[in-house]
Amino acid sequence: MHELSIAMSIVDAALDEAKQRGVQVTAVHLRLGPLSGVVKDALLFSYEVACQDTPLQGSRLIVEDVPVVIFCAKCKEERTLESVQLFACPQCGAPTMDIRQGKELEVFALEIEEQEVTP
Amino acid sequence: MSEPRLVEVRRNVLKQNDVIARSLREQFASAGVFVVSLVSSPGSGKTTFLEKTLTQLQPRYRVAALVGDLATENDAVRLARSKAPVKQITTGTLCHLEAAMVQNSLQDWDLHQLDFLFIENVGNLVCPSSYDLGENLRLVLMSVTEGEDKPLKYPTIFNSADAAVVTKNELAAAVEFDWEAARMSIEAVRPGMQIFRLSAKTGEGMQDYLDFLAQRLTERRTPAHS
Repeated sequence: MHELSIAMSIVDAALDEAKQRGVQVTAVHLRLGPLSGVVKDALLFSYEVACQDTPLQGSRLIVEDVPVVIFCAKCKEERTLESVQLFACPQCGAPTMDIRQGKELEVFALEIEEQEVTP
Repeated sequence: MSEPRLVEVRRNVLKQNDVIARSLREQFASAGVFVVSLVSSPGSGKTTFLEKTLTQLQPRYRVAALVGDLATENDAVRLARSKAPVKQITTGTLCHLEAAMVQNSLQDWDLHQLDFLFIENVGNLVCPSSYDLGENLRLVLMSVTEGEDKPLKYPTIFNSADAAVVTKNELAAAVEFDWEAARMSIEAVRPGMQIFRLSAKTGEGMQDYLDFLAQRLTERRTPAHS
């Protein structure tokens, strides 16, 4: 279970971005691929713990599951894998290790709130 | 307060680890050392396998090992019997090694004096898959006593590995190990991966694997066509 240390890295990254922009973060959007080796449920739980006593406390972690996409050399097409238990083209069955997507562990957006400037 | 707004940031969460891993890889390349990491579940026979690997490579090569363990130094003590330099990385509660730990442990070693460096990860088939350690080759081990479908249960770590080693082959008959089923499981999650079936205890199958390592070292030291 390494999701807590991953969650802490996510919090650090979000806080760093928030500080640079001078904003308050209300939600963190994460892209997560199955080949990242991170378990979503454990990560969501860990995120709450990692946020405690930081400016991110009370913020949400929104996880977008990114499927594994491979390139099939036989079909000459990118295809989405149905399962990470079979690295083969779902159309023609040719085995492949040409992985184009699925390792993502990326903070890709922040929902922020800015203080309104009073005139 | 204004309405919430979405800003794009695009930050790789493990960037810090990846940056250190890249620098390690460069360091290894300039020193000419070939670095092999070992991952497996606890009890797959990693330490025995590594002890035999170090002992058998030593007459011809300069070898050393870093060993990750949660709490004890028992593995390092066992590996020291090979007479190779061995250093323990005690991770405490951490279930995997990270590139920074490898970097710290290597500070007082002269990598130029080595041909092979082995890094034994903590026994765990989940967490180590997320962390690049700068290694040139990642070996995933499974013993014949673990069941043929282990790769299907932990596809991510098998997919991230470069070669597989099936250990404790001396027990294969006793546990009715189905070699073909195991081979198909590995092939499904990591097509084309080289698989070694061996017994560190009896020595059966070790030579093919040692020849493979030697060949990879030679390839690495042969300058690429410019």
